[in-house]
Amino acid sequence: MTITLNHFSAALVFSLFASIVFGITHRENTRDMVRYGAYCFVMFLGGVLVAGWAMWVLKR
Amino acid sequence: MANSTTEKSKAAPAENISLMAVLAPAVGWLIPGAGHMIQKRWIRGLLLFVSIVTLFVLGLGMQGRIYKANGGDILDILGFIGDVGAGALYLLSLAMDWGQGAIAFATADYGTKFIIVAGLLNFIAVADAYHIAIGKKQ
Repeated sequence: MTITLNHFSAALVFSLFASIVFGITHRENTRDMVRYGAYCFVMFLGGVLVAGWAMWVLKR
Repeated sequence: MANSTTEKSKAAPAENISLMAVLAPAVGWLIPGAGHMIQKRWIRGLLLFVSIVTLFVLGLGMQGRIYKANGGDILDILGFIGDVGAGALYLLSLAMDWGQGAIAFATADYGTKFIIVAGLLNFIAVADAYHIAIGKKQ
């Protein structure tokens, strides 16, 4: 069985699961866990988009 | 007499804590999230299990590589350390000879990273289970 993910969907899946673990392990209560997990997810995806556009600009 | 009773009642919880402080990280390493589950943090444990196992299985599905114990290149050694964090998943992969495919396409390298990160995330989960066991975290 071979799973083929494109670059963005791989980043999306990675961000989702890493953010869940970060949220649970880095905060004390449920509300803070959800907020920190969401923050990490946005930062992961934001970083991907910013890095992608930065490389596009550098290439031109 | 009163003092010895008080000492006994203090000693019992301390024993429980030290046992759990060893058991929770060990079980948590072997089965991701189980360190939380044995301390009755069911939802956290389940979420950790699903997240780490999914990353690991996706990594294998993407033809990622499993590192074996080695004394060669520093990156290979670090890859091995990351992989070992996945516990039983790593041992099972070794036993079944999974993760040995040649890297034939770009996302296979992502698969290798997924597997390593799954192991590293489990190390964090193990540390968290330990902190719960010693009462440092709720």
